[in-house]
Amino acid sequence: MKENIMLSVKNLSIQFGGLHAVENFNLSIRENELYGLIGPNGAGKTTIFNLLTGVYKPTSGTIMLNGVNKINGKNTIEINKMGIARTFQNIRLFHKLTVHDNVKIALQNKYRYSTISGILRLPRYHRYEALMDEEAMALLKVFNLENDAMMKSANLPYGKQRKLEIARAIATNPKVLLLDEPAAGMNENETKELMNTIRLIRDKFNMTVLLIEHDMKLVKGICEELTVLNFGKVLAQGETNEVLKNKEVIKAYLGE
Amino acid sequence: MDYFKLKRQKKARYNLSIYLMIVIAYAIVMFLSYQGKISSLLNGLLVPFCTYSILAVSLNLVVGISGELSLGHAGFMCVGAFTSAVFTRYMKFLGVEGLYLFIIAILIGAVTAGFAGLLIGIPVLRLKGDYLAIVTLAFGEIIKNIANAIYLGFDENGAHFSLKNTMALGLSDKGFVVIKGAQGITGTPHYSSFTAGVILLIIVVTIILNLVNSRTGRNIKALRDNLIAAESVGISATKYKLIAFTIASSMAGVAGVLYAHNLTTLTALPKNFGYNMSITILVFVVLGGMGRIRGSIIAAVVLTLLPEMLRGLSDFRMLIYSIVLIVVMIFTSAPAMKQYMEVLKNKFPIIKNLKAVTLKKFSKEGE
Ligand SMILES: Nc1ncnc2c1ncn2[C@@H]1O[C@H](COP(=O)(O)OP(=O)(O)OP(=O)(O)O)[C@@H](O)[C@H]1O
Ligand SMILES: [Mg+2]
Repeated sequence: MKENIMLSVKNLSIQFGGLHAVENFNLSIRENELYGLIGPNGAGKTTIFNLLTGVYKPTSGTIMLNGVNKINGKNTIEINKMGIARTFQNIRLFHKLTVHDNVKIALQNKYRYSTISGILRLPRYHRYEALMDEEAMALLKVFNLENDAMMKSANLPYGKQRKLEIARAIATNPKVLLLDEPAAGMNENETKELMNTIRLIRDKFNMTVLLIEHDMKLVKGICEELTVLNFGKVLAQGETNEVLKNKEVIKAYLGE
Repeated sequence: MDYFKLKRQKKARYNLSIYLMIVIAYAIVMFLSYQGKISSLLNGLLVPFCTYSILAVSLNLVVGISGELSLGHAGFMCVGAFTSAVFTRYMKFLGVEGLYLFIIAILIGAVTAGFAGLLIGIPVLRLKGDYLAIVTLAFGEIIKNIANAIYLGFDENGAHFSLKNTMALGLSDKGFVVIKGAQGITGTPHYSSFTAGVILLIIVVTIILNLVNSRTGRNIKALRDNLIAAESVGISATKYKLIAFTIASSMAGVAGVLYAHNLTTLTALPKNFGYNMSITILVFVVLGGMGRIRGSIIAAVVLTLLPEMLRGLSDFRMLIYSIVLIVVMIFTSAPAMKQYMEVLKNKFPIIKNLKAVTLKKFSKEGE
């Protein structure tokens, strides 16, 4: 494994009114690593994703991508262009559009052509549309969604909607992929398949993955390192096996 | 199976059906008018059909496709109507007339109305929330009132402008007053025709269809469906909502040009450029179906025709008009009605079979 630090977070804090949703949060993830973020409900996990993607502005702290690019202070759009993509805990698809279009939309930064080229159907339009069509389809195949390509995304079953969100995030060609409870609502088989897919995309697309998950089987199965969050503070951090043996973690979260 | 081919075919079919509808309607009207079988009532409605169709289709770009509410579409029509009519009326005063001036007038109307849309959109579309409705509502009323208050004239020293009266313009003897306050512009050349209207409608429909099925159009729809997700894949909400709004405003301006050059007198009344008109256009869009281009055109034509047909009923006219609106709304959107339609379809398999047959044909062609 490479030792290059892909994502590093220092002293990150945010308050909502009087609530310290995240306090002095530190994190460093190596390139190509599969990293887990766990903790009880309301611990602040999703809030951290929102801070990493510019949805919320931190009260204090810094976020660096690849050691050189400062993330905080940038907006969501700029952050995506710099190389962070995410999925959402409460699924957010472009629900009236087809499965295929959902992925195609995420390719819009890679295959840019102007509004005029689109309206006048200039050669660039035809060339780029064909490339987008193929690339979107190839991504859908990775997630076994190719037979649902023409379906309206709102009509997909829940598990497939989660997979489509991941495919859409990957289409923006990120360096870091943030997955917010990817296995929520999936059955055991689907979860197993998802674990394989996450490993596969990490290797195939050379990505660094940070995921939030309550399903401990998935966490144990694929995460190399873990951070446990409780009331906005880090409870434990380190290699998965070590962290899961930690007494405080067991008391606060695993409840055994 | 080749999905892309299938998808394109489906799109192409829908698009083709719109063009066919327009062209066939045009051919029928032309044939009947050649035979002298068109009533003067219908004859007078031909250009308005096109004007309102363009307005409905362009508003659909904002409301149905971009998901923003605009209550001042008639305001942009007003901008296009007045700026273009000032140009053609003054040219007529100078003794220059000709259809090529109409083309220039259309460009003037499109550019000025588009520019007005841009000016409104830049501050408003940066905000998240339904501010566009409020601001466009105000804009429509302000534009209408300004158009009523302006005095504008030209002489050898150039343009003269006043908000008081004709005298205040201080024109020389060679001067000419184009806009006379509430009396508006009189003697506008009559350049609009059904043919010109249909050509403009086809151009507007083509621009919108091509836009919707391109990168820009998909980004606009993505923002409508889920703003946060769209931003998370790098789409700028302000930019793409602004593009949709500006293009739609510009098209409303074109409708205004068509409107202005169909009448000899152009005045800004609540009836033609006010809030009432904006709401009427919105009704076309809602009844025709959000995002449905063909529906917008059909709704615009039917609902323009209907009040005229009901003229004989005098006092009951608006009552029946509103009942029709309510009935159509129930038929097209009420969940109970949709369920009932499903039941009907099951009872009468013909409807279902028809659909199945066309679908089969589709997939065969797609293989
Ligand atoms: N925009 C906001 N305004 C006020 N409070 C917020 C906001 N967003 C999150 N919070 C609060 O911050 C805390 C952390 O919420 P967060 O959604 O990050 O939890 P989580 O760890 O993702 O929990 P879960 O496992 O249930 O998803 C909660 O108490 C939540 O109510
Ligand atoms: Mg959460």
